[in-house]
Amino acid sequence: MADPMKIRAAMSGDKVEVKILMSHEMETGQRKDAKGAAIPAHFIQTVSATHNGKVVLAAEWGPAVSKNPFLSFKFTGGKPGEKVSVTWVDNKGDKRTDEATIS
Amino acid sequence: MNSRRRQVLQGTGGMAVMGLAVAAGLFKPGSAWAQGAAWNKAAFDTRNMNDTVKALGGAGATESKDIVINSPDIAENGAVVPFTISSKLPKTQQIALLVEKNPNMLVANFSIPDGTEAGVTTRAKMGQTSNVVALVKADGKFYYTTKEVKVTLGGCGG
Repeated sequence: MADPMKIRAAMSGDKVEVKILMSHEMETGQRKDAKGAAIPAHFIQTVSATHNGKVVLAAEWGPAVSKNPFLSFKFTGGKPGEKVSVTWVDNKGDKRTDEATIS
Repeated sequence: MNSRRRQVLQGTGGMAVMGLAVAAGLFKPGSAWAQGAAWNKAAFDTRNMNDTVKALGGAGATESKDIVINSPDIAENGAVVPFTISSKLPKTQQIALLVEKNPNMLVANFSIPDGTEAGVTTRAKMGQTSNVVALVKADGKFYYTTKEVKVTLGGCGG
């Protein structure tokens, strides 16, 4: 199981600003190890963020997203104290879900 | 036996949630998202913008000044290039980031539901100096804007 995500969700005016830092290798499959063998690709493919059961952002990623990916966006309709939940799934089927409370 | 049953149950549970999401109109049937946790492999295999647009379900894209790419003009480290893409186009549904000279162009594709601001920030790898394309689907049509980002140290090789 991968390390937890760091999620911040804070009010910014009438919007909720969500910042997510995930912990993931994001191996492209293009690199080679010391022996010249290709390192297999390992990267997050889908990300979704939900608030009160409603998807507020969905994403599909390729291997070109940086290692330990950062993602930030804003949505309307959130209130302090409510929760934002983020899930990612990688190409090996690993997944992780974390939650943050809107402040 | 028992653990296998559990896996099957989990699997169906996930599908049911996805089904509900479709029923609620969150995902349009036919989009990659409606087909379960599918990942649009075809789109991520494309090597030029027209193919990417086609793989995402469009037919050609128009250049637009209402899309803004905010990124450094010169990136010292190609492994971590920050990008903020925002769109002022009404009814923005999707924002995609493409790097022309990467082995595969498409970096990320974001679906923007109603109520979410049409702007995302993320970080991407760039193999070399290249044009970066922000592709936006708004009201069913595709629009794009480009920007050159110079890279002094590539982020794709070993």
